[in-house]
Amino acid sequence: MNHAPLAAEFVKDRPRAQWHDATLWFVRAKRDKAAQSLPEWETLRDCAAQIKAHTQYRLADYLEQFEREATKRGAVVHWARDAAEHNKIVLGLLRNRGVTKLVKSKSMLTEECHLNPYLERNGIEVVDTDLGERIVQLAGEPPSHIVLPAIHKKKEDVGAIFHKFLGTDEGATDPNYLAEAARAHLRAKFVAADAGLTGVNFAIAETGGLVVCTNEGNADLGVSLPKLHIASMGIEKLIPRAADLGVFIRLLARSATGQPITAYTSHFHGPRPGGELHIVLVDNGRTSIRANEDFRRSLNCIRCGACMNTCPVYRRSGGHSYETSVPGPIGSILAPAGDPAKFYSLPQACSLCGSCTDVCPVKIDLHHQLLTWRGELGRKGLISWHKRLGMKLGSFMFRHPAVYRTVGTVARKLTPWLPRSLVYNRFNTWGRQRELPEFPAESFRQQFKRRSREQQR
Amino acid sequence: MNSKDRILSDLRAQRLPVAELPSLVQAWTRYEDPSAQFTSLVESVGGRVARLASRGDLPAALAEVPAFVAAQQIVSGVAEIVGNVDLARVDDPHALEMVDFAVFPGEFAVAENGAVWVTDERVSHRAIYFITQHLALVVPVDQMVHNLHEAYARIALGTSSLGVFISGPSKTADIEQSLVIGAHGPRSLTVFLVG
Ligand code: SF4
Repeated sequence: MNHAPLAAEFVKDRPRAQWHDATLWFVRAKRDKAAQSLPEWETLRDCAAQIKAHTQYRLADYLEQFEREATKRGAVVHWARDAAEHNKIVLGLLRNRGVTKLVKSKSMLTEECHLNPYLERNGIEVVDTDLGERIVQLAGEPPSHIVLPAIHKKKEDVGAIFHKFLGTDEGATDPNYLAEAARAHLRAKFVAADAGLTGVNFAIAETGGLVVCTNEGNADLGVSLPKLHIASMGIEKLIPRAADLGVFIRLLARSATGQPITAYTSHFHGPRPGGELHIVLVDNGRTSIRANEDFRRSLNCIRCGACMNTCPVYRRSGGHSYETSVPGPIGSILAPAGDPAKFYSLPQACSLCGSCTDVCPVKIDLHHQLLTWRGELGRKGLISWHKRLGMKLGSFMFRHPAVYRTVGTVARKLTPWLPRSLVYNRFNTWGRQRELPEFPAESFRQQFKRRSREQQR
Repeated sequence: MNSKDRILSDLRAQRLPVAELPSLVQAWTRYEDPSAQFTSLVESVGGRVARLASRGDLPAALAEVPAFVAAQQIVSGVAEIVGNVDLARVDDPHALEMVDFAVFPGEFAVAENGAVWVTDERVSHRAIYFITQHLALVVPVDQMVHNLHEAYARIALGTSSLGVFISGPSKTADIEQSLVIGAHGPRSLTVFLVG
């Protein structure tokens, strides 16, 4: 598919699209307030970017150090080159222990690997326990945002889903009532589970530990009741030292939702007494992104979601229009790296406003990379013929001032007299939702010349 | 070649520009009145802070907490409070599902973000922090750091299987961004600052 038609579908319901836009802007505003409350915000961002750049530079060493330290503390570390290998490892761990019921806390990596459908096909019951993720799981949809998975759902939608699956009262929409019903429903799932799987926000090379941040406490419950804890992480989640957490934890929640810290910031080192901890390190294309100088920095992402909340395109087109596990600006950089032919339209969807780059806590130059992608996709021949033709003509015109002037004059004089059907047709995508501006009688050059003459007089 | 060696050798075959680690010794924010900052932060995330002169005041202070008064099953990790469920005698953490109230010591508090550091070092079931319906943490007021950098400087990570910063009760805003307190974990958090 292509981003534009899916976005068009999303904006058809105008009030809902406007509500989506406003809701995310509200989150963005909270981020601003939180960021401004710390005078050292920019220092933190600089430090974060430097720590990430350094970790990238020595990634192989840090991965080995992490494995050594984690093993020392009793964890078992597994390595997976791609999604299929990751899924196989997880299934193997579950099967060997006769696990049939798994509770999961938020992990974008398992979304990326499509772990849930794989496990379900193999007879494992998988329950996403983050409330937002549970809502979309029951609805049979993927998350539409990496931090706020059900941000596209209104409380009426949630009420309808819960009525169908959890037996809440028909038409109930009170968030307190609905969340209470989910609490009871998920408590039963936590208690019944034989294993818990979590994502990883940060992994510390120095100590072999994992950090998981949640507001609900679902990750902690999920890995403190059953004996088996599986943690899935991309190899880019590493940081060198425990002290580096001071930088990242201060940035993460403030950037994500404007909170000073999440309700639970849990540090896991080894299994709990009598339990097991298995850590799966996943590459799945990260190494090849690292090889590319232009896009390497996209691996520094700490998945805060701030670039989505601020993006004028994301807010108005919804996460599902990207058709990727990570949508928005960062997703539009990561997805084409995996499959350029499938995701060619995402870098084009960007308006290059640069707002994502301004808010990114690890200072990824998101809009520059999106622009670089466009050139790359052009070279790969993945841009539609009319866009390419338009670019060619435009470039020719801008390089030849005489042509530029002539085209300008003709357009200015002629367009107002043309019938509407000739101006507003399918080639004029700009004019689809709006009117062209009024054409002035004089060109800028003519106005400039006239004014200089008048001034001299 | 197995996957580990493959990944590592692919990474090592790539030449990246040298990048040094930054110094984390910076002029990080400190607060004139850290406990006031801490208190207002905890309250802003739906928790409660009570100041006690000494630990001896704990029983009286808890007697004023409605959730404690109503609690049937109580787990206590502090000497001044007697619980009726003994963690050390519980084999399976699933048995803790009916616990109404738990009170535990917190190692230290962070003024910057209203978080309290707790570990499972002396707690036989770490699930208790998350499964109890209500939680109270007792922290000496002189064990307060200004910011997270100071916090990480004093933690020896890796000495226990779990160390967690707890800031306020469990919560969610996943239904239309409306804040709901008591998602999966404790429905309330009370922090007693002692001293
Ligand atoms: S790219 Fe930056 S702003 Fe976007 S999710 Fe990642 S860390 Fe956050």
